[in-house]
Amino acid sequence: MIESIALSLWRIWTLVIKELLAILKDPKSRFVVVGPPILQFFVFGYAATFDLDQVHYAVLNLDRGPESRQLLARFSGSPTFRLVGELSADQEIRGLIDRQEARLVIRIPPTFARDLAHGDPARVGVILDGRNSNVAGIALGYINAIVNDFNASRAAAATAGEPPASGAPTAAAMRAVPRAWFNANFSSRWFIVSALGGEITAIVVVILSSLSVSRERESGSFDQLLVAPFRPGEILIGKALPPMVLGMADGLLLSAAAVLWYGVPLRGSLWALLAALAIFILCIVGVGLFISSLSNTMQQSLLGSFIFIMPAVILSGFTTPIENMPHWLQVATYANPLRYVVAACRQIFLEGADLGLIKDQLWPMLLIAAPTLGAAAWLFRHRAG
Amino acid sequence: MTELARRWMRLRGFITKETLQIRRDPSSIVLALVMPVVLLFLFGFGVSLDAQRSPVAIVIDSPGPQARALVERFSLTRYFHPMPAASMEQATAMLNRHAVDAIVRVQSDFADRLHRPGAAPVQIIVNGTDSNRAQAIQAYAVGVLANDAAQRVARGESSAINGVVVEPRIWFNDAMESSYFLVPGLLALVMTLIGVLLTALVIAREWERGTMEAILATPLRPGEMMAAKLLPYFILGMMGMAMSVGLGAALFGVPVRGSLWVLVAVSALYLLASLGLGLFISAAARVQFIAAQVSIVIGFLPAFFLSGLLFDLDSTPWPIRAISHIIPARYFISAAHTLFLAGDVWPIVWRDATALGIMAAILIALARSRLGKRIER
Repeated sequence: MIESIALSLWRIWTLVIKELLAILKDPKSRFVVVGPPILQFFVFGYAATFDLDQVHYAVLNLDRGPESRQLLARFSGSPTFRLVGELSADQEIRGLIDRQEARLVIRIPPTFARDLAHGDPARVGVILDGRNSNVAGIALGYINAIVNDFNASRAAAATAGEPPASGAPTAAAMRAVPRAWFNANFSSRWFIVSALGGEITAIVVVILSSLSVSRERESGSFDQLLVAPFRPGEILIGKALPPMVLGMADGLLLSAAAVLWYGVPLRGSLWALLAALAIFILCIVGVGLFISSLSNTMQQSLLGSFIFIMPAVILSGFTTPIENMPHWLQVATYANPLRYVVAACRQIFLEGADLGLIKDQLWPMLLIAAPTLGAAAWLFRHRAG
Repeated sequence: MTELARRWMRLRGFITKETLQIRRDPSSIVLALVMPVVLLFLFGFGVSLDAQRSPVAIVIDSPGPQARALVERFSLTRYFHPMPAASMEQATAMLNRHAVDAIVRVQSDFADRLHRPGAAPVQIIVNGTDSNRAQAIQAYAVGVLANDAAQRVARGESSAINGVVVEPRIWFNDAMESSYFLVPGLLALVMTLIGVLLTALVIAREWERGTMEAILATPLRPGEMMAAKLLPYFILGMMGMAMSVGLGAALFGVPVRGSLWVLVAVSALYLLASLGLGLFISAAARVQFIAAQVSIVIGFLPAFFLSGLLFDLDSTPWPIRAISHIIPARYFISAAHTLFLAGDVWPIVWRDATALGIMAAILIALARSRLGKRIER
């Protein structure tokens, strides 16, 4: 009994070594392990950003009193905004926004100082270019925050000065005190890069495992493998392990690089990260082997991987949140293993989660792993010829 | 027979052959027509930047009519789904296990402080992990509070005066629908897939099978062969483009405010640049596997990430911005955003169309010179 298990392990071991050599000797597969991870590390780190920096704006100040200049000084002092022009008439706004010379125009009406002095609402017009609705929305958020601060400091100045007579107006009724936990500066780089380990692992493991059978089919060596004294289960494990090991190595290396290169904090436990990646890889290798056993050429494997990976990444919450999707699509994402690993990675890196906190991300992946691995094993046996 | 007539005859024969080949292997047509639909569904529904009905825990240290009114305000907007929490500890636990995205906390002295000088503070805590969404939620919450404050003052409930009020007007997309912003960019993705990936794959296959060498042995000139190879894929690409525009309008109500023919012309230029790139890749790689990898790396990824499709280029570091200037998709997406949402803004359209024209010319010339090298020794 023990002897047969040892023999079986030995057979698997020889197959694993052979598979690893096959991957590392094949320049195409070698590229998959090295190329996309490095490329994506830099593209996602630097190009995939929702942060605003130096948003071009122009000012149309029809008031020119000291209050309006104080308010505008808060904009010119902010690194988020960059003043590109001062307008003198309303007619200039249209052309400036149309030609995208400014992303937004702040218009201070002639009645601004008078309204403030009378305690009437002093309305400041902000005209934003909505072609990129996201930039417009976030810029508006920054503008509101600046104005909120301006109002608060006027209120503070009013209270600090001569004590107001009873019933005398102060500057603001209510003051919002916002604060963000886990990612205090709203860095979208932290958001993207923290989940990169899971995303890269997915791509590497799916492509490598999808190539593993079709490569042998193309070179005709798959039949030899079938007549060799391997059980189907042993072939499956032997085929699954090498992509898993390489994927794990890529995932961990990139997680380390995220901390060292981009300065993303790793606040949670390393064990939780290991567990999340390992369970995810188990889940995803089944998908890759499934694609592989369906394809006859490496070409088909690659297209199959592409067809799986693209929607899986888009619907994983990696770049845009799942919560914003329509409800039926949110339900559909429960079947997407990437969804869980992306969430788990972010919880571990940014929110300091340990194994206990991410268990709700782990068991669904195990649930998905059962059918994908099962299907791959079944196809191995039945589509072997 | 004149030279022109002979040329036309050769070209016509070859185009017929290419068209028949595409018809025989319908996978290209499927890719060209199904891909836009799939992408449109994926992006239109799957990629949304509009936070809606975010669950928010509301902690009210001492309940009263003032605080209740505030909760009501939060439930009235489409952005929030308020959930009462008994204590700050409970709210924190909800935030930690992602049951809510944010906490709004009204302290016990809220009602008193509304009538005293100085502002009554309301705490807003958001989960910043998803920075973009968190910022939107925070901005909405501050907006709700500002509205509430203004109304209190108007009703004389508060002794405060008004401060500065921001009156935003968002041109071209006043409801801030993110699909208005994403669908024009999708055209670039659809045409890149057809122009670069499909073209590179199909023509690399001809090299692999050796049929390309057979064509090179015919009296067909390289320029004529390129024209004949490009035309069928050009038509497929324009069909994909037209489908995306139609579906975008039908499913998401995305307007086309500029002239349609200008949009078609700019798309044609972009498609030509993509086809040139695809042809060049296939001629240089001559193997399907490498052609596919290279088209994804230098065609698809830049069209997605270095083009302004989703991520704003103005906010990226300068090396990324510098690289983006040689990406055709950048110019197409800029022109498409303008033509869909703003209208015919000629300075932008001319600038982008000129850049696209130059790139198309360079890429097609490169592909032509590569094909001119003919058969490997």
